[in-house]
Amino acid sequence: MLIIFYIASAVAVIATVLVITQHNLVHALLYLVVSFLAVAMAFYVLGAPFIAALEVIIYAGAIVVLMIFVIMMLNLRQESVAQEKKWLNAQIVVGPLILTIVLAGELLYMLSTEASINLSGDVIGAKAVGLSLYGPYVIGVELSGILLMAGIVGAYHLGRQKKKVTHRFLEKQEE
Amino acid sequence: MTAIPAEYGLVLASVLFMLGLISLLIRRNIVFMLISVEIMLNAAGLAFIVAGSRWNQPDGQVMFLFILTMAAAEVSVGLALILQIYHQLKTLNSDEASKMKG
Repeated sequence: MLIIFYIASAVAVIATVLVITQHNLVHALLYLVVSFLAVAMAFYVLGAPFIAALEVIIYAGAIVVLMIFVIMMLNLRQESVAQEKKWLNAQIVVGPLILTIVLAGELLYMLSTEASINLSGDVIGAKAVGLSLYGPYVIGVELSGILLMAGIVGAYHLGRQKKKVTHRFLEKQEE
Repeated sequence: MTAIPAEYGLVLASVLFMLGLISLLIRRNIVFMLISVEIMLNAAGLAFIVAGSRWNQPDGQVMFLFILTMAAAEVSVGLALILQIYHQLKTLNSDEASKMKG
């Protein structure tokens, strides 16, 4: 069990170092996904399978996809076709692929020896987390709801393009 | 499951946090700075998970859920701010955005 944790930690650190040394945003995001997957593996080994699933779904899924959308919206003014051709070569994928294959090997090993792992009482599953979340921490859940509401309103307000006011009186006021 | 010693998990969390902090300090691209903040938040969540696993309590995982919510809200607002900065300044260099209006 310890060796799996070591390998996952090594993959996480290597992927994070590669994230912060990339020059290209999309390549950095590719390594960032691998880093989050490795940390999710560490969560699983530490006995938090629910959080490992959430890490994969929300961090490696939603947040990285949001960043990719914004990078696409930024539309950095370079020769996009030539750049696209340059980005699409195969050797960029090799580094993340090797790290991901290491993680997949770990996962397969753990799945094949699952019976010996899950018999110990060390795992804190989704049920205990849910009971704790909606028991003593229910005020935190409501505060998270308020925070997400404020985030939605703030992101909508900031991301809105300034629209030209068409009414002639209001247009005079705008200037 | 042989328990992972809590020190190793905390060392991993601190190494990831330091990598994020170094990246935040040396990078000038504002999207990379946002990625560094994500790495640091993830490392903080890892420390909570390690502590919860050490004491066999679900509280650490609950705290990770709150960190996750906060990171999602933060990244949406941060990316909207990045869009605004890019539309106004036509660059992603954070040093360009050093003047306040008024």
